Amino acid sequence: MRAPLSWIRDFVEIPSEISIEEISKGLVRVGFEVEDVIYQGSDIKGPLSFAEVLSIEEITEFKKPIRYVGLDCGEKQTRYVICGATNFKVGDIVLAALPGAVLPGDFAIAARETYGKTSNGMICSAKELSLSDEHAGIMVFEKGQVSIKDDVREKLQIDDVIFDIAVNPDRGYALSIRGVAREIAGAFGLKFTDPVEKLRGLTFEKTGDGVQPRIEDKDAASIFYLRTMSQFDPKAPTPIWMRRRIEKMGMRSISLVVDVTNYVMLELGQPLHAFDRKKIKGKLRIVRAGKSEKFTTLDGQERTLDSQDLMVSDDERALALAGTMGGLYSEITAETTEIALEAVRFNPVAIAQISRRHKLSSEASRRLERGVDPSLAEFASARFVQLLSEHSSAQHVESISVGEPKFPATFTINPIHISNILGFEVSNAQIVKALQTVGCDVDEKNWLIDPPSWRPDLINISDIAEEVARIIGYDSIPSILPNRPIHASLSSIQKRRRFISQFLANRGFAEVLTFPFTNQKTINDMGFVGPRASTYALANPMSDENPLLRVHLIPGLIEVAARNLSRGAQDFAIFEMGSIFRSSKNLETFINPDTGTRPKDAVISQIFASVPEQIEMVSGLLVGKKEVENWQGKSTEFAWSDAVSFAQEILELCHLDFEVKRSDLAPWHPGRCAEILVDGRVVAHAGEIHPRILNQYNLPARSSAFAINLGALPESSMVRPYRVGVMPAAVQDVALIVESTVTALDVQQALMEGAGELLESINLFDRYDKIGDGKVSLAFTLTFRAEDRTLTGEEVSAMREAATDLAAKRCGAVVRTA
Amino acid sequence: MNPQEIQGWVDAANAAFASASTLDELKNARLLHSGDKSSIAGASRNLGSLSPEEKASYGKIIGDAKSAIAQSLGDATQRLENERDQKMLAEEVVDITLPVRRAHRGGLHPISIIKNDIADFFVEQGYFVEVGPELESGWLNFDALNIPADHPARTMQDTFFIEPLESGLVLRTHTSPVQIRTMLTKEPPIYVICPGRTFRADELDATHSPVFHQVEGLVIDRGINMSHLKGTLDNFARYMFGADVTTRLRPSFFPFTEPSAEVDVFFNGKWIEWGGCGMVNPRVLETCGIDTDEFSGFAFGMGLERTLMVRHGITDMHDIVEGDLRFTRQFGVGL
Repeated sequence: MRAPLSWIRDFVEIPSEISIEEISKGLVRVGFEVEDVIYQGSDIKGPLSFAEVLSIEEITEFKKPIRYVGLDCGEKQTRYVICGATNFKVGDIVLAALPGAVLPGDFAIAARETYGKTSNGMICSAKELSLSDEHAGIMVFEKGQVSIKDDVREKLQIDDVIFDIAVNPDRGYALSIRGVAREIAGAFGLKFTDPVEKLRGLTFEKTGDGVQPRIEDKDAASIFYLRTMSQFDPKAPTPIWMRRRIEKMGMRSISLVVDVTNYVMLELGQPLHAFDRKKIKGKLRIVRAGKSEKFTTLDGQERTLDSQDLMVSDDERALALAGTMGGLYSEITAETTEIALEAVRFNPVAIAQISRRHKLSSEASRRLERGVDPSLAEFASARFVQLLSEHSSAQHVESISVGEPKFPATFTINPIHISNILGFEVSNAQIVKALQTVGCDVDEKNWLIDPPSWRPDLINISDIAEEVARIIGYDSIPSILPNRPIHASLSSIQKRRRFISQFLANRGFAEVLTFPFTNQKTINDMGFVGPRASTYALANPMSDENPLLRVHLIPGLIEVAARNLSRGAQDFAIFEMGSIFRSSKNLETFINPDTGTRPKDAVISQIFASVPEQIEMVSGLLVGKKEVENWQGKSTEFAWSDAVSFAQEILELCHLDFEVKRSDLAPWHPGRCAEILVDGRVVAHAGEIHPRILNQYNLPARSSAFAINLGALPESSMVRPYRVGVMPAAVQDVALIVESTVTALDVQQALMEGAGELLESINLFDRYDKIGDGKVSLAFTLTFRAEDRTLTGEEVSAMREAATDLAAKRCGAVVRTA
Repeated sequence: MNPQEIQGWVDAANAAFASASTLDELKNARLLHSGDKSSIAGASRNLGSLSPEEKASYGKIIGDAKSAIAQSLGDATQRLENERDQKMLAEEVVDITLPVRRAHRGGLHPISIIKNDIADFFVEQGYFVEVGPELESGWLNFDALNIPADHPARTMQDTFFIEPLESGLVLRTHTSPVQIRTMLTKEPPIYVICPGRTFRADELDATHSPVFHQVEGLVIDRGINMSHLKGTLDNFARYMFGADVTTRLRPSFFPFTEPSAEVDVFFNGKWIEWGGCGMVNPRVLETCGIDTDEFSGFAFGMGLERTLMVRHGITDMHDIVEGDLRFTRQFGVGL
């Protein structure tokens, strides 16, 4: 919301000792963020002049039309300038910047040779002077509106300060100069003159029969004023001062009638709509669209109506999308002489729905969906009649209203609660003064609060506390720490997740946080199928590129890896911890209980259950070389074994016992994928990424990854350490030959079980798969130790044999003798 | 054999050991002067043939001589071993400044670091850390927070909706639904901090991201008022931005708080918008079944990206979201 200081001053006298900066601070203090302060005119210097066009010489030998224009600037001689615009004729008044002038953007005007002529100045567009966005052509004024003797800066009100203010949704009233001026008055304790006071009791003579208003849907609008005017001369221009104010608000001047509706909306906050009366058949009705039809709004767009859309219609057809945008059919044109002016206090929800359904937000709908002061339908429409009568030949015909304004309800408060909420002592006198400043009537005896018509948001003690604090100033609130509990801690799950991230970071992984969006092609490329490929779709994705929620972390890691590779990185490890979104069930219909009281426990459980489970995962990707290659030597590549190892280390970090099995799961290499189980449940996969995917994303061969489902990990049990033995260890090596289909893990497991309790550790120190016959050799070191004695040779041999016997029995392992 | 002769052997041995310049030379001198074939060894072997009187006197003399030679040999050995070691160490000098790092540099993402840091700060003050789902019920994300359908406040936040729309599911637009989940499932007093990922349909640019992080604080207790909110924020701001930072509350609007405020911090010479806060709207407490006669509370929420950018002078959001290793590795494991 923009607000020019010159307009604000109409309603509040601001002493000159309050600087612009202080006004800004004052607005911030009462809750209006000042996004920008525009010092209009500060970047325009030097001579500007109104000028009458005396002659136009069309120069045609160039690609675009060029005019050599003779101007009367009130000087002795005719001044000649070159101009590229064509929207003016001899006799028009234009605005010329003369040599020596400097326009916004440090654009210095000087006499110059161009198009074979001497141009002694420049005819200006509004945009060139930063007066509005209008750049289609130069500014043209009619004789009578301005004289070439007028001072340009003064006539066009160029020098002004415009505040650009952010207005929160609960303060619809401040989307008007009336509202902003009231807030500035409140912020500085200044006297505010409400423009509505002058409009109270304003009546207009009935001179004929006007259009009849009807509210067909009582929920949609409370009060509808309809004022009919006739004998309007459509050639009547908008007064310069009004046009300039509209431009300063960031809107464009269109025609007198439309300009007056906009001017009144900007001044008071009530959107108005003017219809060409001659287009209206019968009564003007506020009604739901009913059966679906097409409707063309005045921006020329054809829109398909929803049956619930609120319309302003006559007996035959829809004429306007209520409170949002008028229709093309009944808009004010250059032929309009009779006007029906609509002012309605619409139900904000109805307007918000139209805005949302048609993705159409207008100056009118922005105000109406925030709730407009219900008293304004009468006063704003009266202001329209007043202004249009004053500036044109238009005559009032008849004013008719239906409905009643609905004002905010009164309520009582206990003033002590205000101090209790704010945390500092506020006197009753301060409360009353603050509430009166914002427009409330306060009955001090019963503490009955009557909020002003423009404050439907004031309904309870909390709202009142905010108003009091706002006017006193939030800086009065003391700073005190609450008596919080003595102790809290992270949960064991939270601690575990931190340990895992920290572990990976310390081991050389850089953490990344990717957007959890994906697309069907990526899901297919990764080879995900069935439930692992099924996910949720966004109804309104940022782009069609990634309309789905991710089903796995690895695709995101691959994309980040590819990005880093493309930027020159070569060897690295990255990880991400986050949720994935697999769609395992059909979504239920929205459970939407009333608020204000606690829903039944069963309903709360239903709401919680309606939210699909989101698996928390940690995943790492290993790309390229294991180590940085430098003068110290070459490095080996990351391999499937590194990924499996990291997954295992994470489980060890969590004190979880696990099994490893061979698996074949996307997006891993079908022969190089391990699944890791805890308590018989698969919790992780690790291995080499499928070569097809690596190829597709230009990742180095053998890049490997792991993924752990954190939600599937059981709680860690307390560690119960065994007594550390100090007697000498006995070390035995065994070499076993097994079929290559037998896994090393099975052999190791058999050896461990066979060896018995005195086996302290086991290590596969060699693996040889080149012996032929589909066999491999596995060599283990077994370390035995007893807590209480040195083991004898016989004991150790017996344990070794028991170990190899069980391996032979279970895995067909043959002890290699040579 | 006479004592002078024996002393001569000792002197010869001493001289030979002292003049040995290598351990090999010393070895040869040792064989010559104290080996089996040396004169002193011979004299020692001959002791048996002497008379008991001579045996007694020469035995002592020879024993002393052997000790002296052994002493001398030990000294020489130590001297030469030292020399050898010094030489070896001198030869083994390396350029200790060579670049040696071979391990890849890892690190937590700065968002994780600041998130953990904030969580720890509040845990130390008695707050528990609560989290909730990112794909969330619209009722918890909006309605329960006093943001009814078709209220302009809903369009303040560009929401990502999930198909079908009838499911009412959204990607949470703030961490505030965690407040509701906490209040629906726990009895007050409640002191919680809720960090997490949030979503709004904003285009990615230098200062916005459709995916970002917030941290939310919620306190529900007896006698909680706005001064406690201010005190908590001041404490938090000092922790985040330094002891000399000033904060400012200014009136604002959030449907779930009343009174509401924006909290700004004065940092590096200007006011920075840091987050939103306020007293929990009684209607929200009532929806969660909390007795508003007994309990009141405050809530606040900040963007972690924004906090990070302001505090560390990061000028472009792209660096935070793109996962470029060069960015993350600068933070290592601590901020």
